[in-house]
Amino acid sequence: MRTLHVDEITQAIARAVVDANTHLPEDVLRALASALERETSPRGRRFLQVIIENADLAATEGLALCQDTGMVVVDLEVGQEVLLVGGDLMEAVNRGIKQGYELGFFRRSVVKDPFSRINTGDNTPAILHTSIIPGEGVRMRVLPKGAGSENMGRVGMLKPSQGLDGVKDFVLQAVWEAGGNPCPPLIVGVGVGGNMEKAALLSKKALLRPLDQRHSHAEMADLENQLRERINELGIGPQGLGGDTTALAVNIETYPTHIACLPVAVNLGCHSTRRVCVEL
Amino acid sequence: MKCIHPPLNEEDTRKLRAGDEVKIDGTIYAARDAAHKRMIESLRKGDPLPFNPDGQIIYYVGPCPAPPGRVIGSAGPTTSGRMDAYAPDLIALGLRAMIGKGERSAEVAASMERHGAVYLATFGGAGAYLAKCIVKVETVAYPELGPEALLKMEVRDFPCLVAIDAQGNSLYQEVREKRGGR
Repeated sequence: MRTLHVDEITQAIARAVVDANTHLPEDVLRALASALERETSPRGRRFLQVIIENADLAATEGLALCQDTGMVVVDLEVGQEVLLVGGDLMEAVNRGIKQGYELGFFRRSVVKDPFSRINTGDNTPAILHTSIIPGEGVRMRVLPKGAGSENMGRVGMLKPSQGLDGVKDFVLQAVWEAGGNPCPPLIVGVGVGGNMEKAALLSKKALLRPLDQRHSHAEMADLENQLRERINELGIGPQGLGGDTTALAVNIETYPTHIACLPVAVNLGCHSTRRVCVEL
Repeated sequence: MKCIHPPLNEEDTRKLRAGDEVKIDGTIYAARDAAHKRMIESLRKGDPLPFNPDGQIIYYVGPCPAPPGRVIGSAGPTTSGRMDAYAPDLIALGLRAMIGKGERSAEVAASMERHGAVYLATFGGAGAYLAKCIVKVETVAYPELGPEALLKMEVRDFPCLVAIDAQGNSLYQEVREKRGGR
């Protein structure tokens, strides 16, 4: 049995939110650079150049990449041999967010209640997803998720008869209708299977996978590539102002489902999809 | 590249065409969801607005707080579509331009055409880059809204693209029509 003080989680979260909000992941930077090489629309090229320059500026000056520093999604995996001590886990996570957002001068974008809409003032609470895994490890993936892209996500409960084509159409329709709103070029997270909430969660977890890593099953990896190409053929382009680059990647995650179900969820990530993975 | 200096009159904005690149020099106002809701509530009650929108530009932004030694933190555009419900009332009062990202509703475009206003797109997600163009910031109203307060900003060479003009031309529509829908 390993013991881990929750203060370590607080400190790791505080560091992770600062890092995530100021540094675009290397794989996203590489995808943007290679999109710029292929992009033929002058307006699209100009936009890609600006976002690459923006990433450079944010990293060197310690500024937030985007003013929407998001609501923080924390995907926390805790080994079943680990005993968390020293306080409440959720409070520890929220304390880390509060500290990190103060330290980084990031925008506080969370309201206490969906109706009264009073700002909580410290960007808490987190959206915390925990899972218990075998062993003594603790892995945290932190994703400050902006709302421009989050607002364009959707879940559909398809009929099994709609099959693979139904899923492809659902994804393409979601991206088409979102247009320029989610800040393309996008990272398209797709969750298929499970039930309603499982599909939604899979689509979010799909965004946490690096862009240069395809699905481990060849068929799904093919589907990811195929969907990316078809999305790019839509011509929405950077900012929705036309071009060849609408999606940098499509990441799909699947799960077993009920005989009567074909749930599919699309969670869109903007070009500034910021994520940090920490092992404790 | 055209340079525009607010306040603008109808003649200025009617000359702009979708696809024109412009740079803004001067004073603009920053407001997003909550500030718009408050302004429209004031209008409904017959109360005065915190500023006169006639001739002005509203930038849809909720910036990051200013780090030490800076006037503002990261400050890129938010999705304009959320302000569609509020924009026509402000356009009717003479608001000449809105800066944001993403498409606008047909109602907003029609109201822009009627009153001679334009919609300007700027670089979504490039908040650090755009913050360099903002040289002064002052809170005008609703400080209690935090990042959603109504601000007045001095900008220099603030880069925009006319995305929807006062003749009803829209770059977003062009992009969609080119592909003939899905």
